[in-house]
Amino acid sequence: MEIGVYISILIGTIFINNYVLSRILGLCPFLGVSSKLDSALGMGLAVIFVMTLTSFITYPIYKFVLIPFRITYLMTIVFILVIASLVQLVEMVIEKFSPALYQALGIFLPLITTNCAVLGVAVLNITSGFADPQSHMGLLKSVVQGFGGGVGFTLALLIMAGIRERLDLADVPENLKGAPITFIIAGLLALAFFGFSGMKF
Amino acid sequence: MKYWQEFIKGVWKRNPQLVVGLGFCPTLAVSTSVSNALWMTIAATGVLIGSNALISLIRRIVPSHLRIPIFITIIASFVTMTDLFLGAFQPEVYKSLGIFIPLIVVNCIILGRAEEFAQKNGVLVSILDGFGMGLGFGLTIFVLAVVRESLGANRLFGYVLIPGMEPAGAMALAPGAFFTLAFMLWAMRSINARKKGR
Repeated sequence: MEIGVYISILIGTIFINNYVLSRILGLCPFLGVSSKLDSALGMGLAVIFVMTLTSFITYPIYKFVLIPFRITYLMTIVFILVIASLVQLVEMVIEKFSPALYQALGIFLPLITTNCAVLGVAVLNITSGFADPQSHMGLLKSVVQGFGGGVGFTLALLIMAGIRERLDLADVPENLKGAPITFIIAGLLALAFFGFSGMKF
Repeated sequence: MKYWQEFIKGVWKRNPQLVVGLGFCPTLAVSTSVSNALWMTIAATGVLIGSNALISLIRRIVPSHLRIPIFITIIASFVTMTDLFLGAFQPEVYKSLGIFIPLIVVNCIILGRAEEFAQKNGVLVSILDGFGMGLGFGLTIFVLAVVRESLGANRLFGYVLIPGMEPAGAMALAPGAFFTLAFMLWAMRSINARKKGR
């Protein structure tokens, strides 16, 4: 077991190649749900859950269905349909078994289908070569990458929500309110996250 | 005249990113160079016109509770075609756009136009609407890419601008994208606010 590989995937997706601040994925929820800490946390948890599950399911589909039948060009269609039905299924299961959790996450789940970070992680798992025949433990690597991506997204979302809650008290020029000031903060955060890019394992 | 209105509204009055606020991810991610921006525009506009046309053709037979999965499947099919086209004819572009070609599927502009316009309007108008929205989308990326390529790489259309100058690398990466878009949104709002005040 080379545990180091998994740790470096995890650190890499959370800090060095943070999905939001470095790869620029999942900006719609990042803008839309980052005005309050509570809802940011709910959205973050839902994304971690769905991204991990998506990695767990799309990887075997690619490796054991699409490759043997030589229909890898259908990847985009298959993945987006899998993600959409997965989100629907998760929503129904949570609603049935845990009304409390559904109360907390329910409204965020439908939004996740159009979160490009989720489809992004499914495609990145494939383009990082985890599904190649010579790659060992590809499923575990994919799941770790999905989980890390979700955690990185949540981290960025929480930092942004914390800043924006304080920003309510600040005197922002009228035309900068909302999206423009959020993008300026995101730019500063992305600069700060540059600091991680020197890390090596 | 009505057709012209439907076509031109996407470029300025209802610009997808700057006014409506959709489709930021591809806008920021592919605006590192002007050529990437142009190819992304061509790809997304192609998908937008195709999906708008097809969705408007079948708008009377699609049951409303099933419309979202149907729309997504249609869009995904057009994206797959675009993906194969670019891979076959423009391998360089294909490589540098990377995962952002499959991610056109989740570009909210396309599903947004299907939902808001194509399922309610005729084929010709829907095609014009898709074309105009694609142009507006492209215009924003183009401006962004001109700023970012000239500052971040000291190049424009691939040619060196000022020989010997050290480019500001951060402009080519994520922070530059965020800053430039923030200033564009600011400018757009200020212009609109001034127009309204008059």
